[in-house]
Amino acid sequence: MLRLRTLLLALAGAFALSGCQYHVLSPQGWVGDQQRNLLIISTLLMLIVIIPVLIMAVYFPLKYRADREDTSDYDPTFEHSNKIEVAIWGVPILIIIALGWFTYDYTHKLDPYRPLDHLEAGAPIEVEAVSLDWKWLFIYPEYGVASVNELAIPAGRPVNFSLTSSTVMNTLSIPALGGMVYSMTGMETKLHLIADETGTFPGRSAHYSGPGFSHMTFDTLAMSDEDFNAWIEERKTDGAALDRASYLELEKPTIDEPVRYYASVEDGLFDRIVEMCVEEGKVCMGQMMMQDEMGGGGLAGIPNAAAYSYDRARTIDGFGNLIDLPEIEVKALHEAFWNDPAAICGPDFAVTEDTKNG
Amino acid sequence: MSHSQTASVSIADHEVHHDSPTPIGFWIYLMSDCIIFGALFATYAVLGGGFAGGPGPKDLFEPGFVAIETALLLFSSITFGLAMLQADKGKRDGTMMWLVITGLLGAGFIAMELYEFRHLIHIGAGPDRSAFLSSFFALVGTHGLHVTGGIIWLVTLLTQIKAHGLTTANMRRLGTLSMFWHFLDLIWIGVFSFVYLVRLI
Amino acid sequence: MANAQPAETFSPIFGRLTLDWIPYHEPILVATFAGVALGGLVVLALMTYFKLWGPLWRDWVTSVDHKKIGIMYMILGFIMMIRGFADALMMRAQQAMAAGEAAGYLPPHHFDQVFTAHGVIMIFFVAMAFVTGIMNYVMPMQIGARDVAFPFLNNFSFWMTVAGALLVNISLFVGEFARVGWLAFPPLSGANYSTGPGMDYYLWALQIAGIGTTLSGINLIATILKMRAPGMKLMDMPIFTWTALITNVLIVVAFPVLTATLALLTLDRYADFHFFTNDFGGNAMMYINLIWIWGHPEVYILIIPCFGVFSEIVSTFSGKPIFGYKTMVWATACIMVLSFVVWLHHFFTMGSGASVNTFFGITTMIIAVPTGVKIFNWLFTMYKGRVRLEVPMYWTIGFLITFTIGGMTGVLLAVPPVDFQLHNTLFLIAHFHNVIIGGVVFAVYAAVSYWWPKAFGFKLNDKWGKRTFWFWFVGFYFAFMPLYALGLMGVTRRMNAYPDAAWQPYFIVAAFGAVLILLGIISTFVNFYVSIRDRNENRVGNDPWDARTLEWATQSPPAPYNFPFDLQITGREAFWTMKKQGFTWPKENYKPIHMPKGTATGVMISALALAFGFAMVWYIWWLAILAFVGMLGLGIAHTFNYKRDYYIPVDEVAATEAKGAAA
Repeated sequence: MLRLRTLLLALAGAFALSGCQYHVLSPQGWVGDQQRNLLIISTLLMLIVIIPVLIMAVYFPLKYRADREDTSDYDPTFEHSNKIEVAIWGVPILIIIALGWFTYDYTHKLDPYRPLDHLEAGAPIEVEAVSLDWKWLFIYPEYGVASVNELAIPAGRPVNFSLTSSTVMNTLSIPALGGMVYSMTGMETKLHLIADETGTFPGRSAHYSGPGFSHMTFDTLAMSDEDFNAWIEERKTDGAALDRASYLELEKPTIDEPVRYYASVEDGLFDRIVEMCVEEGKVCMGQMMMQDEMGGGGLAGIPNAAAYSYDRARTIDGFGNLIDLPEIEVKALHEAFWNDPAAICGPDFAVTEDTKNG
Repeated sequence: MSHSQTASVSIADHEVHHDSPTPIGFWIYLMSDCIIFGALFATYAVLGGGFAGGPGPKDLFEPGFVAIETALLLFSSITFGLAMLQADKGKRDGTMMWLVITGLLGAGFIAMELYEFRHLIHIGAGPDRSAFLSSFFALVGTHGLHVTGGIIWLVTLLTQIKAHGLTTANMRRLGTLSMFWHFLDLIWIGVFSFVYLVRLI
Repeated sequence: MANAQPAETFSPIFGRLTLDWIPYHEPILVATFAGVALGGLVVLALMTYFKLWGPLWRDWVTSVDHKKIGIMYMILGFIMMIRGFADALMMRAQQAMAAGEAAGYLPPHHFDQVFTAHGVIMIFFVAMAFVTGIMNYVMPMQIGARDVAFPFLNNFSFWMTVAGALLVNISLFVGEFARVGWLAFPPLSGANYSTGPGMDYYLWALQIAGIGTTLSGINLIATILKMRAPGMKLMDMPIFTWTALITNVLIVVAFPVLTATLALLTLDRYADFHFFTNDFGGNAMMYINLIWIWGHPEVYILIIPCFGVFSEIVSTFSGKPIFGYKTMVWATACIMVLSFVVWLHHFFTMGSGASVNTFFGITTMIIAVPTGVKIFNWLFTMYKGRVRLEVPMYWTIGFLITFTIGGMTGVLLAVPPVDFQLHNTLFLIAHFHNVIIGGVVFAVYAAVSYWWPKAFGFKLNDKWGKRTFWFWFVGFYFAFMPLYALGLMGVTRRMNAYPDAAWQPYFIVAAFGAVLILLGIISTFVNFYVSIRDRNENRVGNDPWDARTLEWATQSPPAPYNFPFDLQITGREAFWTMKKQGFTWPKENYKPIHMPKGTATGVMISALALAFGFAMVWYIWWLAILAFVGMLGLGIAHTFNYKRDYYIPVDEVAATEAKGAAA
């Protein structure tokens, strides 16, 4: 195991020296380290078969070329060999078994939903990250502050991310610390990362999300505990309050948004974002699902459509400008002429039908 | 290897007649269509509980109505079978009569379905109201479109049988339409049990 | 956000199409349009001058001959490759420029259309057109058939694909294309976050082309199952035919899922349904699952026929039967089945849980086993052979090297924890270009150089063929190795600008690679030109490569009926057997040959489908209804035509055969 470790470090070092930030190969946190190790183990395992193939792919056509001097080894009947068959099925299968074992082990060990308690690295901190069009909002629920396009974390302590999105899918990606997970509207996903050392690491959305996507970047500031606490204190002293109204203002699409801070965060705001009910008069997802479990809102629930409408208010054009659409109409299709029974069947028809269902 | 010793190529003694590829080709088409319905069924399974505070199946579906609708389609399958029996006996008029009855039953089915859709949309339970209704309209509507297509095909074939009689080509077409019609019947049994029955229980 | 989309208006005649949607303020598009229009006019003028309209219509457009249709698919593929590659060059140029503070020359609104169009075009209208074309051309002859099972349907499928391709290209000059990435994940692709016609162009183009693909799949399966020469067992079919069978089974199983998924998204966008919306109980994750249930088999649909191409080539040029025929067949069948149980590996990062991710990771790795076996089989076919290093073998060896590397990086991405880091990075981009260029593109070039003499009676120019290869081969490594490196730095795909200027040198090297590939593409067309110009010097016989399968038993180019007599076949490698037996075609006792007649119905329905698609994109309802009714009417009218075949008289067969023998 020691030799493997030396080898891994040597390979990682070689890349690290090349000037560019090979974050995936020389990460700054335990999760990224493990993922890098698995990357290298998998590569080495596969090279067992890849290297011979590459050699044969060049050697065979040259060695057996038609204009070679001695063609006595030409054997046009050689089209089957049990020995070779066993080898060409067997060796890859063995490699895949080995790789499968590593995969099983590491996938469970590195499940992004799994807290990093086993590292015994100190108290974890909670961060609620929201991908907005096109910026990141980070809420620190334990401290009641929030930041936009800047993420501050204490080095050496696990970070428990809860992710969601305001409109479309994004991915929270900080390659120096480890892998990414999607943020999706109306859903909460989890990610656990840790920074081993202090430093500033680039982060961004890694899933294309519209016109402002390229600028959906942020710096991750991994700080010592003292610096982090100072950072939090500083946040508490300046900046506006993040409540439902100011969130809805922040949520409007912008591109290349500068860093900004909020000194306080309304209680339960993140949950409302996840449940798509920050706006007044909207039914929260959880409530809706509970109601649906019980069989829905019945016929009486039909006219309440506007309370369940979310996307319409966030409609944008191709450049990211909001388009103001009128509020949802109840029974929007009712006006269609083919749908108006009175026009087809005479005025009495609609009445009878309504009484039947009333 | 043994095959290299016995391998041989020669001119075929008599002209080769392949069986018509139409039945197998059409069967493969039906399988691919089956997958479209599979995707719609899966969609309904995933979204069927999303009422968005609106009405659910119990509020909207009337078992009696759907039972009559189903009966129409099942009978049309039987009458199509009778048409095939007549065709096999070479009786053109009998075939045509049963085909007309089949078409009328199919049209009755479509009429009932349209009535139901129109009614739902009228009371505001259109496909825009919830994911459940979206998936309901998509699944049932796709089946309805297929039946409509089947009726158009049936009318076309009727004129062709009238013009040319029960020729080989027309018999082949009748056979494929029969496969199509029974296939839609099977799909409907799925729709009936999965969409209407299960949700009502 | 200084710019804004044209206001949404509606008129009964033009729907939502207004002059504002014509991008005359975009110099790139105006220049492109001028170029295309000018080129088009020159072609029209030349065709009129040489009186080619009649022959084009009679012999090509309305032809149901599988060989003509196959060639037309290849032409479509090459034309669309120019378009798709122009997009690639634009992206490479943009990313080579837009480092640090620089914004490059393409604003996001344009860049995002370019990467979406590049993906859509390359997969649906280049790679699919190529593999369908090769299968169409080669497979019926390999099984000793005169045509496919449903010749009219074949013609119709082709023109539907063309209609889809045209719709994508119309979006360049009328309106815009989608800005969503090639798989158009909702909610981004939904009605609220992709307003405007771009996304609708995407939906209708793919829907129309997809119908063509599905029908073509059904057709080719029926052909293989029903039209084989008497005596030819399934286990005697050439490997290429086997791969064609398996590919078409995949098409018939996978494409309906695409059809359904796109239809649901269409309903979301047009009729306010809620399948994939955030609100009203919709579920965007379901789209992602559905689209990848189609999408993963799709990549095997592209690569499996290419495996077949390489199998034929490596066996012919090694002077040996393919090593491990049965293994080859079973390995391909394994891949077919496994390709349906791996789709989730495209979104490990959705948070499905460790057990689900492990399952899909391991099923994906298992695919590497049969694929690896196939590579070994090709290697051992060369072993103890007499390998002739002709141009098709260059591509084959280039494939073996490149594809193996791409396979390795693919398995890396299949390991979930590694994928968490590399997902959506340029490493992924490098990987799939590694297998698609190394696999599909190299196979297409190999196939074109291999079967060209069969199709036209003369060989392609050797020197230009090798130049093409070296430009592509070296260009590929220059273009994509830097992307692997960038991926390992954590650089994300689809960025039109990036903050870290240290990445720029890598992007510049990649752009240089793209220029090398451009030279490869130019060499391709120079090769075609030079070879056609010197065709009389390059004439070859019917069997220029000393090949082994039945398509080489025909004349070059093959007669419309392929074979003058029906064959009775036992065993594999029928043509090799014929040569060993000293078989010669009889010179007399010809019989009249039963053939399908050409028809204009296919192209006419497809033209209406194009009009329908265009009308739906722009909400021109009257035209949509008219076109739809027209399609239905034409389809029905076609069924009233009972005289779809004819007999080639004995004299004509004798004359054609005599001419072939003299050539």
